[in-house]
Amino acid sequence: MHWNSLAEFLAMGKHGLYVWGSVLVMAGVMLAEPMLIRRSRRRLVERLRRQYRAERSEARAVSPSSSSGSPA
Amino acid sequence: MSKQSINWYKYASPQTFYPLAGKMIPWFWLLAAIFGIAGLTTGFLLAPMDEQQGEGYRIIFLHVPASWMSMFIYLVMAFWAALGLAFNTRLSGMMASALAPTGALFAFLSLWTGALWGKPMWGTWWVWDARLTSELILLFLYIGFIALQAAIDDPRRADKAGAILALVGVVNIPIIYFSVKWWNTLHQGASVSLTRAPSMAAMMLWGMLLCALACWMYSIAVALMRVRTIMLERERHTEWVRALLGDTE
Repeated sequence: MHWNSLAEFLAMGKHGLYVWGSVLVMAGVMLAEPMLIRRSRRRLVERLRRQYRAERSEARAVSPSSSSGSPA
Repeated sequence: MSKQSINWYKYASPQTFYPLAGKMIPWFWLLAAIFGIAGLTTGFLLAPMDEQQGEGYRIIFLHVPASWMSMFIYLVMAFWAALGLAFNTRLSGMMASALAPTGALFAFLSLWTGALWGKPMWGTWWVWDARLTSELILLFLYIGFIALQAAIDDPRRADKAGAILALVGVVNIPIIYFSVKWWNTLHQGASVSLTRAPSMAAMMLWGMLLCALACWMYSIAVALMRVRTIMLERERHTEWVRALLGDTE
Protein backbone atom coordinates (compact mmCIF):
# COMPACT_ATOMS: atom_id res chain seq x y z
CA MET A 1 0.00 0.00 0.00
CA HIS A 2 1.41 3.30 -1.14
CA TRP A 3 -0.73 5.65 0.96
CA ASN A 4 -0.62 6.51 4.68
CA SER A 5 -4.07 8.07 4.98
CA LEU A 6 -7.27 8.61 3.08
CA ALA A 7 -6.63 12.37 3.01
CA GLU A 8 -3.29 11.79 1.36
CA PHE A 9 -4.93 9.47 -1.17
CA LEU A 10 -7.59 12.06 -2.00
CA ALA A 11 -5.06 14.87 -2.29
CA MET A 12 -2.94 12.93 -4.85
CA GLY A 13 0.08 15.09 -4.16
CA LYS A 14 -1.08 18.42 -5.50
CA HIS A 15 -2.89 16.81 -8.40
CA GLY A 16 -6.18 15.72 -6.77
CA LEU A 17 -8.35 17.86 -9.03
CA TYR A 18 -6.77 16.50 -12.20
CA VAL A 19 -6.66 12.86 -11.14
CA TRP A 20 -10.20 12.73 -9.73
CA GLY A 21 -11.51 14.83 -12.60
CA SER A 22 -10.24 12.13 -14.96
CA VAL A 23 -11.53 9.26 -12.84
CA LEU A 24 -15.02 10.70 -12.36
CA VAL A 25 -15.59 11.58 -16.00
CA MET A 26 -14.29 8.23 -17.24
CA ALA A 27 -16.38 6.30 -14.69
CA GLY A 28 -19.42 8.43 -15.54
CA VAL A 29 -19.09 7.77 -19.26
CA MET A 30 -18.52 4.03 -18.76
CA LEU A 31 -21.59 3.77 -16.52
CA ALA A 32 -23.81 5.96 -18.71
CA GLU A 33 -23.08 4.19 -21.99
CA PRO A 34 -24.49 0.74 -21.07
CA MET A 35 -27.43 2.39 -19.28
CA LEU A 36 -28.31 4.39 -22.40
CA ILE A 37 -28.06 1.27 -24.57
CA ARG A 38 -30.40 -0.60 -22.21
CA ARG A 39 -32.87 2.24 -22.31
CA SER A 40 -32.90 2.51 -26.10
CA ARG A 41 -33.30 -1.24 -26.33
CA ARG A 42 -36.25 -1.23 -23.95
CA ARG A 43 -37.91 1.54 -25.95
CA LEU A 44 -37.31 -0.29 -29.22
CA VAL A 45 -38.84 -3.51 -27.86
CA GLU A 46 -41.92 -1.61 -26.64
CA ARG A 47 -42.28 0.14 -29.99
CA LEU A 48 -41.96 -3.09 -31.98
CA ARG A 49 -44.48 -4.91 -29.78
CA ARG A 50 -46.97 -2.07 -30.28
CA GLN A 51 -46.31 -2.14 -34.00
CA TYR A 52 -46.82 -5.90 -34.25
CA ARG A 53 -50.07 -5.67 -32.29
CA ALA A 54 -51.32 -2.91 -34.57
CA GLU A 55 -50.41 -4.89 -37.68
CA ARG A 56 -52.21 -7.95 -36.37
CA SER A 57 -55.41 -6.14 -35.50
CA GLU A 58 -55.30 -4.43 -38.87
CA ALA A 59 -54.92 -7.76 -40.63
CA ARG A 60 -57.88 -9.14 -38.67
CA ALA A 61 -60.02 -6.15 -39.55
CA VAL A 62 -59.34 -6.58 -43.25
CA SER A 63 -60.06 -10.29 -43.40
CA PRO A 64 -61.92 -11.44 -40.30
CA SER A 65 -62.71 -14.87 -41.70
CA SER A 66 -59.22 -15.93 -42.76
CA SER A 67 -57.44 -15.17 -39.47
CA SER A 68 -59.79 -16.89 -37.07
CA GLY A 69 -56.96 -18.31 -34.95
CA SER A 70 -56.90 -16.93 -31.44
CA PRO A 71 -53.72 -15.15 -30.29
CA ALA A 72 -51.60 -17.36 -28.10
CA MET B 1 -12.34 -27.50 -48.99
CA SER B 2 -13.24 -29.97 -46.32
CA LYS B 3 -16.85 -30.33 -45.34
CA GLN B 4 -15.95 -30.24 -41.67
CA SER B 5 -14.80 -26.63 -41.78
CA ILE B 6 -16.77 -24.29 -39.55
CA ASN B 7 -19.71 -22.73 -41.27
CA TRP B 8 -18.90 -19.09 -40.60
CA TYR B 9 -21.93 -17.98 -42.51
CA LYS B 10 -24.06 -19.55 -39.82
CA TYR B 11 -22.60 -17.21 -37.20
CA ALA B 12 -22.80 -14.31 -39.61
CA SER B 13 -26.58 -14.60 -39.54
CA PRO B 14 -28.16 -12.25 -37.00
CA GLN B 15 -30.62 -14.92 -35.97
CA THR B 16 -27.81 -17.16 -34.72
CA PHE B 17 -25.60 -14.40 -33.43
CA TYR B 18 -28.27 -12.65 -31.37
CA PRO B 19 -28.73 -15.33 -28.68
CA LEU B 20 -25.01 -16.15 -28.71
CA ALA B 21 -24.14 -12.50 -28.02
CA GLY B 22 -26.74 -12.43 -25.26
CA LYS B 23 -25.03 -15.34 -23.52
CA MET B 24 -21.58 -13.78 -23.81
CA ILE B 25 -22.39 -10.29 -22.51
CA PRO B 26 -22.53 -11.14 -18.74
CA TRP B 27 -19.17 -12.90 -18.96
CA PHE B 28 -17.51 -9.89 -20.55
CA TRP B 29 -19.00 -7.66 -17.85
CA LEU B 30 -17.65 -9.96 -15.18
CA LEU B 31 -14.17 -9.94 -16.74
CA ALA B 32 -14.30 -6.16 -17.15
CA ALA B 33 -15.12 -5.80 -13.43
CA ILE B 34 -12.36 -8.18 -12.33
CA PHE B 35 -9.69 -6.57 -14.51
CA GLY B 36 -10.95 -3.10 -13.63
CA ILE B 37 -10.76 -3.66 -9.88
CA ALA B 38 -7.35 -5.32 -10.18
CA GLY B 39 -6.02 -2.59 -12.46
CA LEU B 40 -7.29 0.34 -10.39
CA THR B 41 -6.06 -1.25 -7.15
CA THR B 42 -2.62 -1.74 -8.66
CA GLY B 43 -2.51 1.68 -10.28
CA PHE B 44 -4.08 3.81 -7.58
CA LEU B 45 -3.25 2.02 -4.33
CA LEU B 46 -0.10 -0.03 -4.85
CA ALA B 47 2.02 1.60 -7.55
CA PRO B 48 4.73 3.98 -6.30
CA MET B 49 4.85 7.68 -7.04
CA ASP B 50 6.56 8.79 -10.23
CA GLU B 51 9.82 10.65 -9.53
CA GLN B 52 9.25 13.33 -12.16
CA GLN B 53 5.49 13.62 -12.40
CA GLY B 54 4.42 13.11 -8.79
CA GLU B 55 1.03 11.52 -8.10
CA GLY B 56 -0.60 13.13 -11.13
CA TYR B 57 0.99 10.51 -13.35
CA ARG B 58 -1.74 8.09 -12.21
CA ILE B 59 -3.98 9.63 -14.86
CA ILE B 60 -2.08 7.52 -17.39
CA PHE B 61 -3.77 4.39 -15.98
CA LEU B 62 -6.93 5.79 -17.56
CA HIS B 63 -5.44 7.82 -20.39
CA VAL B 64 -3.32 5.14 -22.05
CA PRO B 65 -6.04 2.41 -22.10
CA ALA B 66 -8.61 4.93 -23.39
CA SER B 67 -6.23 6.03 -26.17
CA TRP B 68 -5.37 2.45 -27.12
CA MET B 69 -9.04 1.51 -27.27
CA SER B 70 -9.92 4.53 -29.39
CA MET B 71 -7.39 3.33 -31.98
CA PHE B 72 -8.08 -0.43 -31.72
CA ILE B 73 -11.83 0.05 -31.98
CA TYR B 74 -11.34 2.11 -35.12
CA LEU B 75 -9.27 -0.67 -36.68
CA VAL B 76 -11.87 -3.30 -35.75
CA MET B 77 -14.63 -1.08 -37.07
CA ALA B 78 -12.78 -0.57 -40.37
CA PHE B 79 -12.18 -4.34 -40.56
CA TRP B 80 -15.91 -5.06 -40.24
CA ALA B 81 -16.68 -2.28 -42.71
CA ALA B 82 -14.27 -3.78 -45.26
CA LEU B 83 -15.77 -7.24 -44.72
CA GLY B 84 -19.21 -5.82 -45.30
CA LEU B 85 -18.11 -4.13 -48.53
CA ALA B 86 -16.38 -7.26 -49.81
CA PHE B 87 -18.92 -9.95 -48.88
CA ASN B 88 -22.08 -7.95 -48.31
CA THR B 89 -22.80 -9.78 -45.06
CA ARG B 90 -25.57 -8.31 -42.93
CA LEU B 91 -23.75 -8.67 -39.64
CA SER B 92 -20.64 -6.71 -40.70
CA GLY B 93 -22.37 -3.39 -41.11
CA MET B 94 -24.17 -3.85 -37.81
CA MET B 95 -20.89 -4.57 -36.02
CA ALA B 96 -19.26 -1.46 -37.49
CA SER B 97 -22.23 0.69 -36.43
CA ALA B 98 -22.21 -0.83 -32.95
CA LEU B 99 -18.52 -0.04 -32.41
CA ALA B 100 -18.47 3.58 -33.55
CA PRO B 101 -20.11 5.25 -30.50
CA THR B 102 -17.88 3.34 -28.08
CA GLY B 103 -14.80 4.31 -30.08
CA ALA B 104 -15.92 7.93 -30.10
CA LEU B 105 -16.36 7.87 -26.31
CA PHE B 106 -12.86 6.46 -25.82
CA ALA B 107 -11.41 9.10 -28.15
CA PHE B 108 -13.18 11.75 -26.08
CA LEU B 109 -11.91 10.18 -22.83
CA SER B 110 -8.40 10.06 -24.23
CA LEU B 111 -8.52 13.80 -24.98
CA TRP B 112 -10.20 14.61 -21.66
CA THR B 113 -7.79 12.68 -19.45
CA GLY B 114 -4.91 13.92 -21.62
CA ALA B 115 -5.95 17.53 -21.02
CA LEU B 116 -6.19 16.93 -17.27
CA TRP B 117 -2.75 15.38 -17.34
CA GLY B 118 -1.33 18.11 -19.55
CA LYS B 119 -2.37 21.01 -17.32
CA PRO B 120 -0.23 20.07 -14.28
CA MET B 121 2.60 18.47 -16.32
CA TRP B 122 2.97 20.77 -19.31
CA GLY B 123 1.16 23.79 -17.94
CA THR B 124 -1.46 23.70 -20.68
CA TRP B 125 -4.71 21.85 -21.37
CA TRP B 126 -4.10 21.64 -25.08
CA VAL B 127 -1.44 22.16 -27.74
CA TRP B 128 -1.74 21.73 -31.51
CA ASP B 129 0.79 18.96 -31.34
CA ALA B 130 0.82 16.08 -33.89
CA ARG B 131 -0.31 13.44 -31.38
CA LEU B 132 -3.11 15.51 -29.87
CA THR B 133 -4.33 16.86 -33.18
CA SER B 134 -4.44 13.44 -34.87
CA GLU B 135 -6.38 12.02 -31.89
CA LEU B 136 -8.85 14.90 -32.24
CA ILE B 137 -9.21 14.02 -35.93
CA LEU B 138 -9.97 10.45 -34.85
CA LEU B 139 -12.83 11.74 -32.70
CA PHE B 140 -14.12 13.72 -35.70
CA LEU B 141 -13.87 10.62 -37.91
CA TYR B 142 -16.02 8.66 -35.45
CA ILE B 143 -18.54 11.48 -35.26
CA GLY B 144 -18.52 11.79 -39.06
CA PHE B 145 -19.14 8.04 -39.42
CA ILE B 146 -22.06 8.14 -36.98
CA ALA B 147 -23.56 11.26 -38.57
CA LEU B 148 -23.18 9.92 -42.11
CA GLN B 149 -24.91 6.66 -41.22
CA ALA B 150 -27.68 8.52 -39.40
CA ALA B 151 -28.27 10.72 -42.45
CA ILE B 152 -28.98 7.80 -44.80
CA ASP B 153 -32.33 6.06 -44.36
CA ASP B 154 -31.59 2.80 -46.13
CA PRO B 155 -29.37 0.79 -43.75
CA ARG B 156 -27.52 -1.08 -46.51
CA ARG B 157 -26.58 2.15 -48.24
CA ALA B 158 -25.68 3.70 -44.89
CA ASP B 159 -23.37 0.73 -44.26
CA LYS B 160 -21.63 1.17 -47.59
CA ALA B 161 -21.14 4.92 -47.25
CA GLY B 162 -19.95 4.50 -43.66
CA ALA B 163 -17.58 1.73 -44.69
CA ILE B 164 -15.87 3.91 -47.25
CA LEU B 165 -15.46 6.73 -44.74
CA ALA B 166 -14.12 4.27 -42.16
CA LEU B 167 -11.60 2.81 -44.62
CA VAL B 168 -10.34 6.19 -45.80
CA GLY B 169 -9.96 7.24 -42.16
CA VAL B 170 -7.75 4.25 -41.33
CA VAL B 171 -4.80 6.26 -42.61
CA ASN B 172 -5.09 8.34 -39.44
CA ILE B 173 -4.33 5.43 -37.10
CA PRO B 174 -0.63 4.99 -38.00
CA ILE B 175 -0.35 8.77 -38.00
CA ILE B 176 -1.53 8.86 -34.37
CA TYR B 177 0.63 5.93 -33.37
CA PHE B 178 3.85 7.10 -34.98
CA SER B 179 3.28 10.83 -34.54
CA VAL B 180 5.58 10.92 -31.54
CA LYS B 181 8.37 9.44 -33.66
CA TRP B 182 7.79 11.22 -36.95
CA TRP B 183 7.50 14.71 -35.55
CA ASN B 184 8.99 16.59 -32.71
CA THR B 185 6.04 16.62 -30.38
CA LEU B 186 5.40 17.76 -26.86
CA HIS B 187 3.73 14.41 -26.19
CA GLN B 188 6.10 11.83 -24.76
CA GLY B 189 7.05 8.66 -26.67
CA ALA B 190 5.44 5.27 -26.17
CA SER B 191 5.67 3.96 -22.60
CA VAL B 192 5.05 0.40 -23.72
CA SER B 193 6.45 -1.01 -26.93
CA LEU B 194 6.50 -4.44 -28.51
CA THR B 195 10.11 -4.16 -29.56
CA ARG B 196 11.86 -3.02 -26.40
CA ALA B 197 11.53 -3.31 -22.66
CA PRO B 198 8.91 -0.98 -21.18
CA SER B 199 10.31 2.25 -19.78
CA MET B 200 8.37 2.03 -16.54
CA ALA B 201 8.30 0.20 -13.21
CA ALA B 202 6.73 -3.28 -13.20
CA MET B 203 3.90 -2.26 -10.88
CA MET B 204 2.96 0.68 -13.10
CA LEU B 205 3.10 -1.50 -16.18
CA TRP B 206 0.82 -4.11 -14.59
CA GLY B 207 -1.66 -1.47 -13.52
CA MET B 208 -1.80 -0.12 -17.05
CA LEU B 209 -2.13 -3.51 -18.73
CA LEU B 210 -4.90 -4.61 -16.35
CA CYS B 211 -6.79 -1.35 -16.94
CA ALA B 212 -6.35 -1.83 -20.69
CA LEU B 213 -7.76 -5.38 -20.43
CA ALA B 214 -10.72 -4.03 -18.46
CA CYS B 215 -11.38 -1.52 -21.25
CA TRP B 216 -11.20 -4.32 -23.82
CA MET B 217 -13.76 -6.40 -21.97
CA TYR B 218 -15.95 -3.35 -21.43
CA SER B 219 -15.82 -2.48 -25.14
CA ILE B 220 -16.77 -6.00 -26.19
CA ALA B 221 -19.66 -6.13 -23.72
CA VAL B 222 -21.00 -2.74 -24.76
CA ALA B 223 -20.57 -3.39 -28.48
CA LEU B 224 -22.43 -6.71 -28.16
CA MET B 225 -25.23 -4.97 -26.27
CA ARG B 226 -25.50 -2.33 -28.95
CA VAL B 227 -25.30 -4.75 -31.87
CA ARG B 228 -28.21 -6.70 -30.42
CA THR B 229 -30.35 -3.58 -30.37
CA ILE B 230 -29.33 -2.76 -33.94
CA MET B 231 -30.25 -6.31 -34.98
CA LEU B 232 -33.74 -6.04 -33.53
CA GLU B 233 -34.26 -2.71 -35.23
CA ARG B 234 -33.02 -3.78 -38.65
CA GLU B 235 -34.54 -7.25 -38.62
CA ARG B 236 -37.88 -6.14 -37.21
CA HIS B 237 -39.78 -7.45 -40.25
CA THR B 238 -38.42 -10.97 -39.92
CA GLU B 239 -40.13 -13.91 -38.28
CA TRP B 240 -37.37 -14.54 -35.77
CA VAL B 241 -37.61 -11.06 -34.25
CA ARG B 242 -41.40 -11.35 -34.09
CA ALA B 243 -41.13 -14.72 -32.40
CA LEU B 244 -38.47 -13.40 -30.02
CA LEU B 245 -40.65 -10.51 -28.90
CA GLY B 246 -43.52 -12.88 -28.24
CA ASP B 247 -45.54 -11.93 -31.29
CA THR B 248 -47.04 -15.32 -32.00
CA GLU B 249 -49.88 -15.70 -34.39
